[in-house]
Amino acid sequence: MLTLKENQLDAFFALIEKKRELYLPVEQNTGKSEFKRWAEGDKYSTALRTTRSAKNFFFAKSENLYDIEMNDKKVEVIDTRKDCNDFVIFGVRACDVRSFDVLDNVFLADPVDSYYKNRRDHGLVISMACSKPAATCFCALFDIDATSPNGDIQAWHVDDTYYFDPITEKGDAFVEEFKECFTEADDAPVRKQKEETLNKIEKLPFVKLNLDGFATEEKLTELFDRPEWKDLSEACLGCGTCTYVCPTCQCFDVKDYKVSEGKTKRYRVWDSCMYSNFTKMAAANPRLTQTERFRQRFMHKLVYYPIKNEGMYGCVGCGRCLVSCPVSMNIVKVIKTMGDN
Amino acid sequence: MIKEELMPCVGVITDITRETPDVKTFRVMGLDGKKLFSSKPGQCAMISVPGIGEAMISITSSPTKDYTEFSIKKAGKLTGWLHEAEVGQQIAVRGPYGKPFPVEEDFKGKNLLFIAGGIGLAPLFSVIDYCLDKPDDYGKINVIYGSRSKDDLVDYEKLLEMGKKENCQVNLTIDREQEGWDGHVGFVPTYVKELNPDLSYTVVVCGPPIMIKFTLQGLKELGFKDTQVWTTMEMRMKCGIGKCGRCNIGDKYVCKDGPVFRFDELGQLPNEY
Amino acid sequence: MSTEIMKRAAELLKSGEVSLVLGWRVGDFDYDLTPSKFRTAEDLEKNCIYNDFSAANLSKYLIKTLRKEEGKVLVFLKSCDTYSFNQLLKEHKFDRERVYIIGVPCDEKVDFDKVKTILGEDIIKMKSDGTTVTVTTTEGEEKTIAKSEVILQKCVNCKSRKHVVYDELFGDEGEVLNSHRFDEVAKIEAMKPEERYEFWRGELSRCIRCNACRDVCPACTCEHCVFDNEESGVEQKVASNDFEENQFHIIRAFHVAGRCTDCGECSRVCPEHIPLHLLNRKIISDIDEFYGDYQAGDDVDSIAPLTMFNQVDVEPSIVKSRGDN
Repeated sequence: MLTLKENQLDAFFALIEKKRELYLPVEQNTGKSEFKRWAEGDKYSTALRTTRSAKNFFFAKSENLYDIEMNDKKVEVIDTRKDCNDFVIFGVRACDVRSFDVLDNVFLADPVDSYYKNRRDHGLVISMACSKPAATCFCALFDIDATSPNGDIQAWHVDDTYYFDPITEKGDAFVEEFKECFTEADDAPVRKQKEETLNKIEKLPFVKLNLDGFATEEKLTELFDRPEWKDLSEACLGCGTCTYVCPTCQCFDVKDYKVSEGKTKRYRVWDSCMYSNFTKMAAANPRLTQTERFRQRFMHKLVYYPIKNEGMYGCVGCGRCLVSCPVSMNIVKVIKTMGDN
Repeated sequence: MIKEELMPCVGVITDITRETPDVKTFRVMGLDGKKLFSSKPGQCAMISVPGIGEAMISITSSPTKDYTEFSIKKAGKLTGWLHEAEVGQQIAVRGPYGKPFPVEEDFKGKNLLFIAGGIGLAPLFSVIDYCLDKPDDYGKINVIYGSRSKDDLVDYEKLLEMGKKENCQVNLTIDREQEGWDGHVGFVPTYVKELNPDLSYTVVVCGPPIMIKFTLQGLKELGFKDTQVWTTMEMRMKCGIGKCGRCNIGDKYVCKDGPVFRFDELGQLPNEY
Repeated sequence: MSTEIMKRAAELLKSGEVSLVLGWRVGDFDYDLTPSKFRTAEDLEKNCIYNDFSAANLSKYLIKTLRKEEGKVLVFLKSCDTYSFNQLLKEHKFDRERVYIIGVPCDEKVDFDKVKTILGEDIIKMKSDGTTVTVTTTEGEEKTIAKSEVILQKCVNCKSRKHVVYDELFGDEGEVLNSHRFDEVAKIEAMKPEERYEFWRGELSRCIRCNACRDVCPACTCEHCVFDNEESGVEQKVASNDFEENQFHIIRAFHVAGRCTDCGECSRVCPEHIPLHLLNRKIISDIDEFYGDYQAGDDVDSIAPLTMFNQVDVEPSIVKSRGDN
């Protein structure tokens, strides 16, 4: 397997950054890590997870769709799209890599979203296997293997060595381009780490929850009508924390920003089904209370999305909502209740 | 770069007709004077004005016509703006979106009963007009339409014209007695039961939720099955292409998998619309 | 202590004196407590707990609960929460007669996220005995840390152990503390303007505009927030340019000025760990300086300095000159 010593990592990053934009997790002054553009002196953070997910790289939290101008009665639509620069995201965990598949099913479905596709085409994902899973991790519940994290190139960090395994054409081309950085070495340490990690994952509290029937049309209305939604949603503040830290939440709004008289930028921003006006129409709102909005978010991830996407769940078990929810209500508590766990 | 569905084209308003105190019909043509786009009966389009926003609007005109029309009720920011607009105003339009009524499949050769209340006529008008333009393909066309008052009946004149056609019957009703109205008075669901249509009809219903609910009840009492009744739904929409998540009901997106649904299909979905 | 408190609450529930209890429901990990309603003594004694992780301020839930429910509601309030309660009462958000308050003693709460940052993410059990936090990892290993190292930001410089309102109190009557809470403000005030600007731009740049700070804030009780109004152009959407979120927080801080009791919930819930309470605290310190010491929620009768005019009020020119610095 291709390897790189830890002390060569910064040189590797510098080389990538010469040819591409490089993004990776870096520790912030809060002690938490976030993805950021690599700059000389930045140290790659091996923290298990970033506070925010990596979805922003493909589904930007805010992006201009096009400009639209109006002068007197004339309207003009201006296509402002351009090819984005090639970029590399380093250190993406298996859960976040899976979230890209979840997003692909939405944005690359016909009609293809050209903004998303542009980034997807120009982005290369170097994933990083987990070796110290958190108690709040449950990716294994959704058949994600945290020790084989996928992406274009999957990577492992064992002791002072990084191991790389390209698994797509894009990944092959990349390692070929940067081949002078790597040396071949035996992958026995990787195999050993995988085994140890899988043993740890096995013991995590939420990896074997019952999801029977969740992804089936037969149980859809039954789950929808369960009375427990009311109690589960009782404490929900209706904020968007879970949605915005979630790697798979993909709802958006389209809005206008008036730059000057007659000049408007039409842009899209992340939105949240937890918000009171998400479905509000001029005369009615089908989801009037937080109970309905709360139910929508979880039904969408655990029932609607998998029915529509051959059983793939809309949750990747990253555990971010377990950490960030102000009232400690989260998808695990929902699964436990609704799956009669 | 590939075509982007979210990016609109520009059209121009060539005609504005006031239908009721709060409904106007806008005819929109391409800048080249040609038809904006080809659509199917029951589809919608996203209409927008820079700085004001976008809204999903039913296409009211039949695909058989060489123009595109939208009957729009003044309800929010964008529709309010449009109601102030003049002929010659350009607007941005994208679409058409959504699954149309199955005029070439299920509806062909059948007797059709259209039941509408208020602005609910707008999405049905394209289908009615389409079927009337192809009299050989469809059986009897029966329209039952009601509004609060005579002044609130959308497309009143056009409906009267339609009613004169051989294969078409138009039954109008208003909620309360009104001077100068000698037609039927009463709510739509009650009127449907009074008219007692025979079970040969395939039914299309659209209107306020409460009207739909009682009409459906009445139809069931008359012996109609869920599988012969269709409707078109309204939900908040932003993208129109099944991505923004807003119009999601169960595993369906109203903008893409609808807005046209048969009632037995709706029965499979959570009751959240 | 928790057991006795719950036993007492259960008695009141059983006797019918109160019809429901607002408390903290146990979760999966000792620390992930969820504010919740308890309708039966059984549910209460089994699933409600008061411990070093019961950080959530329950006072705001009273507004929603009292609108929906009949009868009297029992709520557990920590000393800082009682200030929020009084402030809500002052703003006529609910009827005092319909609430039964059990004051619960508090000597600072633990930030479970901080514990995990220091001791590792693989923590499956977390206990606090008041001085030491002991954790157990998924591998069965035990680790400890002094509680003082991991207390919530909002509890650092606690302003008061005194319950300003209650029907029944567990533990001793506490006192208003000689807090050093304004030291943090002074530190920021001492910065050069450019430095201060950079500090806040840096902190607020992490904002994801989830609105959790607003939604949890007991002073944010507008029926329809301007940031939820589509017509306003600033509604609750993810920050679309890097200055927007700064405006949001500054506007919010001004809107709660004179009403913010410094409960610190905004900083506790921020998923991005932005020290939002410092914005409010700065305004509190200015109000104290300009109009004399004032603690929102101290009582329900006094007139707040920003809602009245007094001849000894500070001259506007002085306020302005401060802003020029």
